[in-house]
Amino acid sequence: MGTALEIKDLHVEVENNKILKGLSLKIEHGEMAAIMGPNGAGKSTLASVLAGKEGYNVTRGTIEYLGKDLLEMSTEDRASAGVFLAFQYPVEIPGVATSTFVRTALNAQRRNRGEEELDAMEFLKLARQRAKELEMSEDFFQRAVNVGFSGGEKKRAEVFQMSMLSPSLAILDETDSGLDIDALKIVAEGVNKLRDDKLSGIVITHYQRLLDYLQPDTVHILAEGKIIKTGDKSLALKLEEKGYQGITEAN
Amino acid sequence: MAVNTETIDAVEKATKDYKYGFITDIETEFAPKGLSEDIVKFISKKNDEPLWLLEWRLESYRKWLKMNNEEPKWANIHFPEIDFQDAYYYAAPKTDAEKPKSLDEIDPEILSTYNKLGIPIKEQEMLAGIVGSGNVAVDAVFDSVSVATTFKSKLSELGIIFCPISEAVKEHPDLVKKYLGSVVPQTDNFYAALNSAVYSDGSFVYIPEGVRCPMDLSTYFRINAAETGQFERTLIIADKGSYVSYLEGCTAPMRDENQLHAAVVELVALDNAEIKYSTVQNWYPGDENGKGGIYNFVTKRGACRGVNSKISWTQVETGSAITWKYPSVLLQGDNSVGEFYSVAISNKKQQADTGTKMIHIGKNTKSTIISKGISAGYGQQTYRGLVRMQAGADNATNFSQCDSLLIGKNCGGHTVPYIDSRNPTSQVAHEATTSKISDEQLFYVQQRGLNPEEAVALIVNGFAKEVLKKLPMEFAVEAQKLLGVSLEGSVG
Repeated sequence: MGTALEIKDLHVEVENNKILKGLSLKIEHGEMAAIMGPNGAGKSTLASVLAGKEGYNVTRGTIEYLGKDLLEMSTEDRASAGVFLAFQYPVEIPGVATSTFVRTALNAQRRNRGEEELDAMEFLKLARQRAKELEMSEDFFQRAVNVGFSGGEKKRAEVFQMSMLSPSLAILDETDSGLDIDALKIVAEGVNKLRDDKLSGIVITHYQRLLDYLQPDTVHILAEGKIIKTGDKSLALKLEEKGYQGITEAN
Repeated sequence: MAVNTETIDAVEKATKDYKYGFITDIETEFAPKGLSEDIVKFISKKNDEPLWLLEWRLESYRKWLKMNNEEPKWANIHFPEIDFQDAYYYAAPKTDAEKPKSLDEIDPEILSTYNKLGIPIKEQEMLAGIVGSGNVAVDAVFDSVSVATTFKSKLSELGIIFCPISEAVKEHPDLVKKYLGSVVPQTDNFYAALNSAVYSDGSFVYIPEGVRCPMDLSTYFRINAAETGQFERTLIIADKGSYVSYLEGCTAPMRDENQLHAAVVELVALDNAEIKYSTVQNWYPGDENGKGGIYNFVTKRGACRGVNSKISWTQVETGSAITWKYPSVLLQGDNSVGEFYSVAISNKKQQADTGTKMIHIGKNTKSTIISKGISAGYGQQTYRGLVRMQAGADNATNFSQCDSLLIGKNCGGHTVPYIDSRNPTSQVAHEATTSKISDEQLFYVQQRGLNPEEAVALIVNGFAKEVLKKLPMEFAVEAQKLLGVSLEGSVG
């Protein structure tokens, strides 16, 4: 299949606090990897550094994505290269209709890649198709991005955006937080529909329930700033049993 | 909060040249410097005006002199003393004594300036039908003189008068006499008095009874000669049952010294008439240190004289070093409606003290105010609004919404609403919000593929959308782009 993402010995500081202390990770094309770990371990930091958020100081290590040096790329260039972050707390953008936002983003990425932009009609056709596949109503197209959306609606909107932008590396940052059981199932099914050989996924979560639906290929445990254990999906079940302390001690 | 120094560097390198900052080198005819009764007479003579108008000007000038020590200083803006003697009050491109009869007679340099600005001064260009240029009749003002008026014949078939005010004074003196100074009297304020004395030209519009003007009427100003103030005077009259949409757009070249723009616009709407007045203002804002740039001190007022009449002001103010204006509506006729929609940007060192006055006099009158202020850089912006319900304004209603958006931590947004209600059945509702573009929003938008400048433009357009959609189509697209351009360098 081939390696899509390779992180080597990553050290990251935030305001002089060392958060990641030598994290290494490899993800193949089409692989879905879950990353679990106690609070403060650095899971969100990892997601933010991959997406290019400001305020994170990489003091050592490399990140290679599809053969490119990811750390050298701006946030928007990473997006055009196929990186998508499904935010834990998607922010509101008043006055900007969701469809306008997604069309602007999609065309900006296409422009950056030298592809032809979609006109309004082509875009609408694609949007309708995706909404249908995700069993979402088109009502939210005209609503301002995330304004007045419930927690579940926000997460589903993230999945819709993901389906429209066709990323090759999707990072789901605690997508399950704030969701009730039914919403969780819908979001997970939505993500599953997008899986194929070309999409690699990093799923950051605390809970087994999401993984029941997503059935990851790999499970990594991130503690004390690095990956301390890697296994298949049964590792997540062991985690449910023993807790993070249990697993860390066993190391 | 950690700041991305890379972004600041990139943004500083990409200093965008003010696109319209070129200077046309033509022969300009100046009045001698300074202001006196002789200068007023000079201007009046240049325009070949009748005696009554000269006397009106002189009267204004004398009143202005009396006010001279009472220059208004209450606004939240700061600028060095203006030396009113250190400027030229009249500058016109040299042409023959007679006004040009056709476009062929106009100084080709002037035409080329307007071409650079993309103004459709040639009817042929417009008839070529560029998508979006629509049907706009243009009266172009170049440093104090209306250069040409297009579509005149089409409009005159309908009885519509659209011409320079200097021409209207001669061809339609009764109309001008009746309405000039009736909405903004000579003594209204310091700058109106000055304008009344030395205004050189502007647009005159008269829409006859029952006529719906079939095209947007537009005037395009340009302040070119250095050290000239531009004082244009516009008068628009919509007779009973008529409708007109008027567009005002402006640009000015970069200079070291500041230039004063003290215009007066008067609108009169009679029974069942409607006037829609839109402005997209992109005067030179001054450099990052606040040097140069236009002082935009204008008095704009509409009178809804008739019952069921309506006047709306829509403005996008992105330029000027200092903006000081309150387009207002006097709601005299019963059931009349006044609207004010505004997006104002203050970036770098720009200052703005702007807003509106809605004076409810008649019954069941209604006003709506939507003001969106955007501050960035070291810009300072104040919304100042007055809603007054006079004693006779039974069941009058007002709704005001004033939102400020701050970009970066060195700018300021202030709201000063005055509500003065003397009628117990009237209703006034006021909402105000202040927000900033958060780093979270910027990161979210960038993570979807937009660069920092595109991200700011998207968010700002969303913020201003409610106002932008009130603009006529010709202006709406220009305004959206303008918002993005005006905010370049604001991220970081």
